[in-house]
Amino acid sequence: MITKKEVQHIAKLARLGLTEKEIEKYQKELSSILDYIEKLKEVDVSGVEPTSHSIVTENVMRNDESEKPELKSKKLLELAPETKNGYLKTKSIL
Amino acid sequence: MICELTTKEIHQRLIKKEFSALELCQAYLEKIQEKDKEISAFLTVSKNSALSQAKKVDEMIFQGREISALSGIPMAVKDNILVEDVRCTAGSKILENYIAPYDAQVVKKLKEKEVVILGKTNLDEFAMGSSTENSAFGSTRNPHDLTRVPGGTSGGSAAAVAANLCSFALGSDTGGSIRQPASFCGVVGLKPTYGAVSRFGLIAFASSLDQIGPLTKTVEDARIVFEAISGKDPLDSTSVEINLKSEILSLKSIKIGVPKEYFIKGMDPEVEKVIKAAIKKYEEMGAKIEEVSLPHTEYALPCYYVIVPSEASANLARYDGIKYGYSKISNLKSQISNLLDVYLKSRGEGLGAEVRRRIMLGTYALSAGYYEAYYLRAQKVRTLIRKDFDRAFEKVDAIFTPVSPTPAFKLGEKIDDPLTMYLSDIFTVSVNLAGLPALSLPVGKARKLPVGLQIIGKPFEENKILEIGEIFEKLWKT
Repeated sequence: MITKKEVQHIAKLARLGLTEKEIEKYQKELSSILDYIEKLKEVDVSGVEPTSHSIVTENVMRNDESEKPELKSKKLLELAPETKNGYLKTKSIL
Repeated sequence: MICELTTKEIHQRLIKKEFSALELCQAYLEKIQEKDKEISAFLTVSKNSALSQAKKVDEMIFQGREISALSGIPMAVKDNILVEDVRCTAGSKILENYIAPYDAQVVKKLKEKEVVILGKTNLDEFAMGSSTENSAFGSTRNPHDLTRVPGGTSGGSAAAVAANLCSFALGSDTGGSIRQPASFCGVVGLKPTYGAVSRFGLIAFASSLDQIGPLTKTVEDARIVFEAISGKDPLDSTSVEINLKSEILSLKSIKIGVPKEYFIKGMDPEVEKVIKAAIKKYEEMGAKIEEVSLPHTEYALPCYYVIVPSEASANLARYDGIKYGYSKISNLKSQISNLLDVYLKSRGEGLGAEVRRRIMLGTYALSAGYYEAYYLRAQKVRTLIRKDFDRAFEKVDAIFTPVSPTPAFKLGEKIDDPLTMYLSDIFTVSVNLAGLPALSLPVGKARKLPVGLQIIGKPFEENKILEIGEIFEKLWKT
């Protein structure tokens, strides 16, 4: 069983604001899912290479030249909740 | 009647001018208006652009120009695939008002073939779920029984095809999200090999597993759509060019593997009966049936539930309340003064319960001290699962399994228990972990509910599994 404190810590790392009631609910649910995942410990994985992609992928290279962007930055900026002088606006960090 | 036609049949009738593309489009729009009230397959209906596209196709036919096999075909797109200037929600409150600024590569390709896009279909939020009940905009209902779920996460697409609200639809499949709803709704669903179809413009969930594919009325239609959307795309570095030449198969030369690990306790006996009867039919036609073993099957689901949340937690970090989507940044009442609060509030309120659950699970699995025990171990188990299939495919051409252990379940039946919900993907997740192509083919009914047979192929052998499916369709479909 993971602790309440751990849930709070994970939620903060993931930038998720949770209510007190939600923390309790997730503590239970995450614990039962983690118990289920424990099953993986039964498998002998010594000497096994990890798979990150099922097909063999290679780095795709191209010349470092800018391509004409099809997208107008205006269209993207229109989606932002707050902008100023063509930039995204955020709150101060500190 | 007109709405019941397959994509192929519509094409033939359009060419013969039995009806116009406009009449066809109007028939579907009327059907949606009349029937979607009870099914709720669509989140957005693009009436005007659909009608004007249909008129363009009529103009082409009138001018005597050649049209593609998909020209004028009314279809639907899962709402996690971008269609330029149309709202794209991913079933989430956080993207409730998001207008797609460009087309996904698959949509661009289909538009070049002059399809008529009727609208966007419902899904579990960010494609996380198995029933379409996790949508922030309400549940979709199964057209075969309105008290049951259509499956998920492409539940809107599957229900729309089954209820004749579109001729075909696009879905996406990360752990069964095309195949399981296809099975529950009695339609055909194809999950292509990882890399066969570009993911550019698909809202990212678990990037090493996600694939876009078709949901159709027939295997023949699935082939038509798959051929139109597959291929290498410079905007998706994991996409590859594939050879689509079709080979004429004789069932007598085919070996089919049936993994013993897929016929487990707890499986609905009627589903098992339907699947075994379908396998028997192939055998009677001369196919060689062999038992195979995929020994790591029982570890596929726990492996999936480490890898998927981990990748999702990274992918969903982009929803920050700053660039786009639901935001508390300019809410005066909420008294937000710093950046951290913008993140916490926007994501806490904008993302639903299952999405937050998976983000936290992934964050935990990737966090300091746990990475090796969870993520790295899961990636190693993934290798073993992949190798199981490699070994089985040395002996057989295709593998047959059920798509799901049960037919469609009741709305609300599993929603409060995440683990039970996860178990409905038990037969589909391995295919994504191994990156293989798989077809869900309706082969019968259990208590009046459709049951799908899963036909799994070797990487990039979509053609072979489609042909095997077509054989069943031609011989036994009435």
